[in-house]
Amino acid sequence: MITYEFRKSKLSRLHTNHEVVRVKRGLDGPAPEERPTPDGRRNKQGIRIDPEVEAKHEPRRTVISALVTHEPGVLSDVSGLFSRRQFNIESLTVGPTEDDERARITVVVEEPDPGIDQIKKQLRKLVPVISVRELEPDAMRRELALVKVTADEPAQVNAVADMYDATTVDSSPETATFEITGSRQKIEAAIETFGQFGVREISRTGTTALARGTEDTAAPVSATESAADGANQDGTYTQTADDD
Amino acid sequence: MSERAAKITPADSEEEADDQITDSAAPDAATEVDEDADTTSAPTPVTTGAESVVRALENAGVEYAFGVQGGAIMPVYDALYDSDITHVTMAHEQGASHAADAYGIVSGEPGVCLATSGPGATNLVTGIADADMDSDPMVALTGQVPTEFVGNDAFQETDTTGVTTPVTKDNTFSSDPDRVGSDVSEAFALAREGRPGPTLVDLPKDVTKAETDREPDAPKTPDTYHVQERADSEIVADAAERIENADRPVMLLGGGVIKGEASEACREFAIEHEIPVITTMPGIGSFPEDHELSMEMAGMHGTGYANMAITHCDTMLAIGTRFDDRLTGGIETFAPDAEVIHVDIDPAEISKNIHADYPLVGDAETVVGQLSEAVETSPAAKKWRVQCQQWKSDYSMAYDAPEDRPVQPEFVVEALDEATADDTIVTTGVGQHQMWACQYWTYTEPRTWVSSHGLGTMGYGLPAAIGARLAADDDQDVVCIDGDGSFLMTLQGLSVAVRENLDITVAVLNNEYIGMVRQWQDAFFEGRHSASNYNWMPEFDKLAEAFGAAGFRIDEYDDVADTIEEALDYDGPSVIDVHIDPQANVYPMVPSGGDNGQFALEDDHL
Ligand SMILES: Cc1ncc(C[n+]2csc(CCOP(=O)(O)OP(=O)(O)O)c2C)c(N)n1
Ligand SMILES: [Mg+2]
Repeated sequence: MITYEFRKSKLSRLHTNHEVVRVKRGLDGPAPEERPTPDGRRNKQGIRIDPEVEAKHEPRRTVISALVTHEPGVLSDVSGLFSRRQFNIESLTVGPTEDDERARITVVVEEPDPGIDQIKKQLRKLVPVISVRELEPDAMRRELALVKVTADEPAQVNAVADMYDATTVDSSPETATFEITGSRQKIEAAIETFGQFGVREISRTGTTALARGTEDTAAPVSATESAADGANQDGTYTQTADDD
Repeated sequence: MSERAAKITPADSEEEADDQITDSAAPDAATEVDEDADTTSAPTPVTTGAESVVRALENAGVEYAFGVQGGAIMPVYDALYDSDITHVTMAHEQGASHAADAYGIVSGEPGVCLATSGPGATNLVTGIADADMDSDPMVALTGQVPTEFVGNDAFQETDTTGVTTPVTKDNTFSSDPDRVGSDVSEAFALAREGRPGPTLVDLPKDVTKAETDREPDAPKTPDTYHVQERADSEIVADAAERIENADRPVMLLGGGVIKGEASEACREFAIEHEIPVITTMPGIGSFPEDHELSMEMAGMHGTGYANMAITHCDTMLAIGTRFDDRLTGGIETFAPDAEVIHVDIDPAEISKNIHADYPLVGDAETVVGQLSEAVETSPAAKKWRVQCQQWKSDYSMAYDAPEDRPVQPEFVVEALDEATADDTIVTTGVGQHQMWACQYWTYTEPRTWVSSHGLGTMGYGLPAAIGARLAADDDQDVVCIDGDGSFLMTLQGLSVAVRENLDITVAVLNNEYIGMVRQWQDAFFEGRHSASNYNWMPEFDKLAEAFGAAGFRIDEYDDVADTIEEALDYDGPSVIDVHIDPQANVYPMVPSGGDNGQFALEDDHL
């Protein structure tokens, strides 16, 4: 018969004359309430905090631009990533660029800072993604909307269209359809104003964006780089009231 | 009778349908060999997409591939026929992906699995997802219906790249016969470089059948893929200063240490600076558990001393870990006093779950080397080390094994460990038995612990043992510590182990329970054993014999040592059906989302 040395067993058979060992499920040691506890605490984002002041990160809206290889499946990789990781996105647009082999994806997200950081890092990790950047608040952002309104009062409808530099794309005896381009706020204001005539249908493209001046919108960044780094200091362009 | 018979479809109708679809697609590949090609030393030039795929595997040094045949992958198998690669036909594709995963863990090189389209591919998914969660290198090759049928819901068509996108590091639908071999080469490079993971190449039948003379490119990651090797030296300097000044330092070693071949460097660093070492579950084996500095595994079922140390440390050097919730418990109470130095090759892991005060992105071995150079004086942490030793005795893992009770599982694990050499590879299923295998086996070497961590896949153990066996050295033992429920999920793999005469020993810790679930029901659902009691289990020893393996059974303490010895001695697969105490529970335990420092040691603490 083989006998082993057991390091952790308290097998009573090893003694010839064993007493009945109590049947207990578990291990010995000080109970939870008898143990020392540390003073510190972390918040939900895993950041050490002063337990007295529970710092909270509020979500903020920002634009993330990604340069990707123009190949099938990239859009689904990116949109799948957002749904899988439960990132909050407001819009996602994709289109070709100056280089046939590359496309640009522009995402408007609303997340607290740690979430925005994760979005950028997870995007960078996708193999077809070339570079990712969070745009500065002064970046150029534009959206296009088609708004189809009831045109019972053509004069008033046209007056509103003029207010927002809207172009007439189509008109029929009952309807007028306008194209509005601009910042999200401008489009929302236009839609609201058109509301008085009755908005029948709307189609919006979502925001597309570029960095200002000579700044690259999405240039390759080093792996550790996280936030939108450094300010846009080109200074050749003054922000317009239209910008988001 | 005759009416009924008339309705029966021919038995081979499936194959016929398969062939109709697949054969109409591409002209038969002509086997015209280029006369001008220099064939003196180089292997025969490729003539088809499939041959190019197999050539890519050969170029990558593949010795074994695990899979199951089928219509859409037949051209690839046909090309394998002439190759030196040994193909192991598995009983189920899930087994093929687990075997490939384990092969990858043990060898460090991507394991390869193959399956046909549709159900073959979907059966692989569990193992692919498992490899993805654990960052194990793996290349999966799936057949696909011919391109012209894609999108038509053709026979055995599944959108395989669509299904596997969330669970692969990268995948490709390979549509060009001239590129198909290079796609496989690239999949290899991506699977092993940087943070490893599973990649998949979907191979439409017309593409693999088509003529091409294009040899695959050398394995190379795409230009868009970047891996940072060295960490920022300023942050390294700051982190080093933090380590020098630490009062209560710990090292937390994750699976990345093993994958990054940094175990040796971490061992030296810990010993030189006398820093207590904790591991995560995938990090088991990165540091010898019999070393004085080892606190073993922390987390939900980690040791009490590891959980005390992790909770009270003031400086944590965490390497190659993603701070999984089974490790951290509730984030709010995880190492709340610790400044965290986080070394990881994947920037996305930095501050994902736990904020990194010192983010060090880079290869584990390289960064530990940088830190070794930067740290000049060891932390003055004598008192802390004494405290850690004190915890080791306060919260000892010693368990009661009363002889008048059924055999305790911990005893069986210890006995198996005693009976085998230090380099023995352990694979497991998922459940209580897996936790006992973590806790009561003393691991001392990397790549000897092979388990399903992140996905927690029951049924992983046996197919993993098959893959591990083929990757291991001949004189290394492979032991699968399985649960009765887990074993039931993939035991058809015994047919493979017997056929291939693989020397593995399966010890089924049989409690006739979905034991882990039963334990949770006792703790959190007022003991209502809903669907956790199997009540009946087949006799695993007899079942093993029916498969042609050796079967053993243990009911009493007196049987344990001898039976284990006999099973280990058996040259070929053996199964020990160990009837353990069905009421045994795993302790310590931190309930999910709980405070690591408040681990329960017994039922009353929950
Ligand atoms: C494929 C799969 N299905 C379900 C589960 C949920 N689950 C976790 S542990 C467990 C019990 C496993 O039973 P067994 O293999 O007998 O192990 P024991 O806990 O009894 O040791 C179950 C059902 C799982 N992890 N994996
Ligand atoms: Mg069980």
